[in-house]
Amino acid sequence: MIAIIDYGAGNVRSVANAIAKLGHESMVTSNPGDVLGAAAAILPGVGAAADTMHSLTKSGMSEVIRQLISEGRPLFAVCVGMQVLFSGTEEGGWHECLGVLPGTVRRLRSGNKIPHMGWNQVKQRVVHPIFGGIPDEANFYFVHSYYADPQDASVVAGTTDYGVSMCSVLIRGSLVATQFHPEKSGEYGLRIYANFLKTALDRKQA
Amino acid sequence: MLTKRIIPCLDVTNGRVVKGISFTDLRDAGDPAELAAFYYREGADELVFLDIGATPEGRDTMVGVVERVSEQVFIPLTVGGGLRSAHDMRRMLEAGADKITINTAAVLNPELIGQGAKRFGSQCIVVAIDARRVRDGDLPRWQVLTHGGRRPTGIDAIQWARQAVDLGAGELLVTSWDADGHGTGYDLELTSAISEAVTVPVIASGGAGSLEHLHQALVAGKADAVLAASIFHYRTYSICQAKEYLSERGIPVRR
Repeated sequence: MIAIIDYGAGNVRSVANAIAKLGHESMVTSNPGDVLGAAAAILPGVGAAADTMHSLTKSGMSEVIRQLISEGRPLFAVCVGMQVLFSGTEEGGWHECLGVLPGTVRRLRSGNKIPHMGWNQVKQRVVHPIFGGIPDEANFYFVHSYYADPQDASVVAGTTDYGVSMCSVLIRGSLVATQFHPEKSGEYGLRIYANFLKTALDRKQA
Repeated sequence: MLTKRIIPCLDVTNGRVVKGISFTDLRDAGDPAELAAFYYREGADELVFLDIGATPEGRDTMVGVVERVSEQVFIPLTVGGGLRSAHDMRRMLEAGADKITINTAAVLNPELIGQGAKRFGSQCIVVAIDARRVRDGDLPRWQVLTHGGRRPTGIDAIQWARQAVDLGAGELLVTSWDADGHGTGYDLELTSAISEAVTVPVIASGGAGSLEHLHQALVAGKADAVLAASIFHYRTYSICQAKEYLSERGIPVRR
């Protein structure tokens, strides 16, 4: 069972549709027990980071996410879901985030249209099963105005250029996070989820 | 590099896709879910669904269409037509839409833009502007039309574009009333004037009849994305052909 974390925001239905398409069972849940009991969890995200943090804290999900990560359990965080893992964000003034990863979420540089909206390429910086079957520089769908700037360069698995070279895929152990939306990125997006779930479910059986 | 987007538009009424000329004289163009799946396979970058009947019954039908499409199509879906409140928006988002487009409701009640942006994020709120040329001196001007192009408002389109973005619109869908359905090309002056006036992405709409028109909208028209209906619905060109054409001319597209 795959848990899709529901904290009252986010495009949970699109994520659930993608997981169903891949032939996996998922549950959209705001229950900490369900999330901790699942083989893998997905943290969706759209909208503003401060609102997301507020909802995560209010629903008790911040502690659940910290626990998943500290125990090395498989977690996939998307877009704002990725951003809230960092120390804090500049969005709407300074807001503290989960602080699981050292680094700051910054506003994209002006000069380009903001939000960064549309399909852009991901340069693969590491060889990793998450990229299995996906060519280097494949296009994924982005929509965001802020980006994560990790302090620890070793977590950066993929980068994308938009005024800056930003971390668009992040991997630390069983934690995977993407700035783009795999559930809206066509066949390669589905492939990223499939690769993540394969690793997560193999690990569960081992 | 961020690629330019090609967006087929599905105008839906009574559960069928239709297409007209200057917003009237409609022809049937097929089943929305089937067409959506077809465009997804062809490599469309996004899809826009507009309920052009904009009736309460049409809205219920559209919820069903969006639910069916989002189960098999994994690209962004924008839905609009007759959405008047944050509640209407939420219904479409819960059905599987990624963005909401509002037009008449935004002109009548501009605060709706901010309400939507605050509840669902700016990236969710696409303000659609139907603009018609005004003959007035040497400089081109356009006025905003509402109610599916039937009602002139006297509001200047460029000024409205700026205001909509200030209120929280994350993207603008700009349709030329004069060009729509004629297949003679986009209104390039309109698209570029709006694209230069705002910081958010602009989708050019209305008038695509050839691949050259798409190219013009992205270069001279300074659009970030092009929307077209007839040329794709009636298979004059495929999405793949459009992308190949643009790519050969140096426009970055997703292949």
